[in-house]
Amino acid sequence: MSKIKPRVKVPRKAKAGEAVTIKTLISHSMESGQRKDKKTGDLIPRKIINKFVAFYNGETVFSADLEPAVAANPYIQFSVKLSEPGTMRFEWTDDDGSTYDVEKKIKVA
Amino acid sequence: MEMTRRDLFALAAGLAAVGLINVPADASTDELQAAIEKFAGGTPKTGGVEITAPEIAENGNTVPIEVDAPGAASILVLAAGNPRPGVATFHFSKMSAESRGATRIRLAKTQEVVAVAKMADGSTTMARREIKVTIGGCGG
Amino acid sequence: MKRFIALCAVGLLTLSVSDAVADEDAELVMDGQKFVTKLKAPEGSPFDEIISGWRFRNAETQALQTDDFENPAMIFAQYGEDLWEEVDGAAGKSCADCHGDASESMKGLRAVMPKWHEGKKTLMTLEDHINWSREEHMKAKPWKWESQEMLAMTAYISLQSRGMPVAVKTDGPAAEWHAKGKELYYQRVGQLDIACAHCHENNFGNMIRADHLSQGQMNGFPTYRLKWQGMGSIHRRFSGCMKNIRATPYKRGSDEFTALELYLASRGNGLSVEAPSLRN
Repeated sequence: MSKIKPRVKVPRKAKAGEAVTIKTLISHSMESGQRKDKKTGDLIPRKIINKFVAFYNGETVFSADLEPAVAANPYIQFSVKLSEPGTMRFEWTDDDGSTYDVEKKIKVA
Repeated sequence: MEMTRRDLFALAAGLAAVGLINVPADASTDELQAAIEKFAGGTPKTGGVEITAPEIAENGNTVPIEVDAPGAASILVLAAGNPRPGVATFHFSKMSAESRGATRIRLAKTQEVVAVAKMADGSTTMARREIKVTIGGCGG
Repeated sequence: MKRFIALCAVGLLTLSVSDAVADEDAELVMDGQKFVTKLKAPEGSPFDEIISGWRFRNAETQALQTDDFENPAMIFAQYGEDLWEEVDGAAGKSCADCHGDASESMKGLRAVMPKWHEGKKTLMTLEDHINWSREEHMKAKPWKWESQEMLAMTAYISLQSRGMPVAVKTDGPAAEWHAKGKELYYQRVGQLDIACAHCHENNFGNMIRADHLSQGQMNGFPTYRLKWQGMGSIHRRFSGCMKNIRATPYKRGSDEFTALELYLASRGNGLSVEAPSLRN
């Protein structure tokens, strides 16, 4: 897909210490490097999102290292418990070095 | 007609070349073992990590899985029957509510998915789960 | 029919009664809205009941469609929403400039596609309508049928009809196309010499190797197929089916596929539009 779009599902409010589920999705073909070009027979080079990191107020809360065996349009879900209000930042890193990120504020009471 | 072993291999290679038979390239058990040992630094005990996945995946291209290992610092997910065993590694923190992560993976064929959980003290545990995979299907 | 049985015997097609791999009794409810996925068939239908493709998928696949965040098809609908606002073409307009809020202007459109176009005096699919507007009003280049942009836009527009009953017209100028589509549906083609009907009418609910055969309804399109790891159009699906039976497929946007699309859509009149849906 020409536009690589990340999406996240984060609650706007959360109770301190309560488990909160975070869902993330990014549109990306996750080209495995194993497919062959039908016309030339050459291998299509690998190009995947190889890393996903979630930060809360600058601190890493969760991360995932991804291999080509992760399905296209990678979906990642995890849970956190927060003690103070702040900003969650999500960062995806492509094999080619580009990064995509999204920020969401969460009110914690 | 008597077929020598050489004939049989030549036939198989020929058929594979024209795509008439599928000769899947597996992750060798060595590669799988090496991946487990690299992460665990030894042989993990069985237990301590749960793999949630469908019994039969509707399509090997997108199989939803979830791994859960109470108290783990990280979980490594491997696919024993894929060309390469590596799938993903989840890393948790003090702010994780649970040591649990979910994603969708590609499985080349019916195989075992392996999850290795590593605790903060370096000890590891492991679980395996077979997922039946249907590949192909109709409609292009 | 004899030839078909012979083919089965040779093992080229393996049909067997499915053991519940799909949750065929499941109801599709999203955010409290009930979708019609099973209905008494309309008058003249070869079926007793018409059933959405959703019902033939396994529980995990069905569940993926019920959550707008988890359904990967929605990424495409979101891209379509962005494109709706984007200016494109020499006229310096976006879709929004003329059509305003899509949830109002596009409501119900997908449910009646394909339909007769008075201006062009022909039957047109949603893709045709989009490209006609692009060329005519935006002075923009038409999008390729299977391009990410076209898929995104059809997904977004289809979303505006989600939950509404399929209601294509088959009378008036559409009647000729409907008849042609019906003819194509029952026509044997390809090396395997079978017609759409052999699988989707005579054998829906059965397994064809590892695939659970559906009735081949249109209400879910455009759809995200796990197999394609992406979005695809109706004509792509038709094309794939024809290739599977070793027939040379008609082209996307061809009169044949357009007629077939109309005939198939009419067989599903009454089912809820589920697009953009998730399938196997």
